[in-house]
Amino acid sequence: MDASTIGGVVREAVAQVAVRLRPDVLAALREAAIRERSDRGREVLGQLIENARIAEEDGVPLCQDTGTVWVWLELGADECLAGDLQGEIDLAVSQAYREAGLRMSVAGDALLDRSNTGDNTPAFVDVTLRPGTGATVHVMLKGGGSDNSSAMRMLDPTDGPDGVRRFVIETIEAKATGACPPLVVGVGVGGTFDKVGVLAKRALLRPLTAPPQDTRLADLEAEMLAEINALGIGPAGLGGDTTALAVHAITAPCHIAALPVAVNMGCCAMRSVSVDVD
Amino acid sequence: MPGVAKIHLPPQRSKLAELAVGEQARLSGPVFTARDATHERLVAELESKGALPYGLEGQVLFYAGPTPPVRGRAASAVGPTTARRMDAYTPTLLDAGIAATLGKGARSRAVIDACVRAGSVYFAAVGGAAALLARHVRASEMIAYPELGTEALVRLELEDFPVYVAIDVHGHDLYAEAPANWREERGDS
Repeated sequence: MDASTIGGVVREAVAQVAVRLRPDVLAALREAAIRERSDRGREVLGQLIENARIAEEDGVPLCQDTGTVWVWLELGADECLAGDLQGEIDLAVSQAYREAGLRMSVAGDALLDRSNTGDNTPAFVDVTLRPGTGATVHVMLKGGGSDNSSAMRMLDPTDGPDGVRRFVIETIEAKATGACPPLVVGVGVGGTFDKVGVLAKRALLRPLTAPPQDTRLADLEAEMLAEINALGIGPAGLGGDTTALAVHAITAPCHIAALPVAVNMGCCAMRSVSVDVD
Repeated sequence: MPGVAKIHLPPQRSKLAELAVGEQARLSGPVFTARDATHERLVAELESKGALPYGLEGQVLFYAGPTPPVRGRAASAVGPTTARRMDAYTPTLLDAGIAATLGKGARSRAVIDACVRAGSVYFAAVGGAAALLARHVRASEMIAYPELGTEALVRLELEDFPVYVAIDVHGHDLYAEAPANWREERGDS
């Protein structure tokens, strides 16, 4: 497999997801607009649904924050990847952002040089291996507001599911209004300090129509969703029933002494796609 | 449900004083986009010159970094960014004469106090509705700091731009009050 193939997928994906709300998220917004009991909440949901229609119709971005680009390449272990993967992806990103008129939102260095790199590169790239051939390319445009509203903590194992739940609720209470609710809340549990944030972000990729296979996890997700929506924060944080559309959790092995947990907020303008490559 | 207030910009202070928290409003007239880097520069200029630069006295600051203009649109997508990041500078700017601010999300106690002191209002627009909001932007003009790219100071001409009153001149804070009010209204607490 050639890295330029991955670049081509990324280029097309960026242009598509910037203007088209993820269909499962749009469907969830429509359902929420029917259930929402707050007048203001329904007005806001109405604006978001109308926004999705206008963006697709006019071919303009759903949100002015067209984000940083996260690419997760799941590569079949039998494949041989030739070429400069980071270089091809960055080329694709710079071309797609210029051609589609998207906003350039990357600072050259977090601390030492905050000038805009001017082409939205570098992209943030993860590569993992899986058995077999082929690959899946996951592409997400991640806004600053929702990432800024995210959090992680190293809990103790004895904190258990209740500790995880409390941390998620606490994070929502403190940070939801800046993350553009209604949210998709990604929760990562396990791994190590550096891995748990990626788990939370990957959880956002899961379609809203697909509950986790483990019923214990599905129950925990449903419990957290009900508790979040009982807070009353509501669409745009202006009051109402619909603070989150879904809570998605991914769990993983970890050290016997550890219980890492991370919350990655997904905003109401969720922009991602997963593309299979033969 | 109360009607929708029509506000012509730059706003009259007396008109701002009539607005109540939670009220819907439509803004028409000029606003000036300003984000993090712009705020740093504006406050530096204010301190060296002793007055607000670029005719900003009495005007509205919009926390936004639009996408570039395309196909005859003044901006293809423009919406509010998180206001909290500007909180450190806002009391200084309100005291110097900025009439109102427009963004999204909760703000600090110091900003609420400054709104009361200066008779200023904080408007909130819906985050994530930028394609819709851009249809309410009629014109765009570069005013200063073009080298900052999307963070430049840009004058946008709004027409019936939909917002909510998030902090009023009496210091009522929609982000603090709305969840509790809603829990009470639906009878959960």
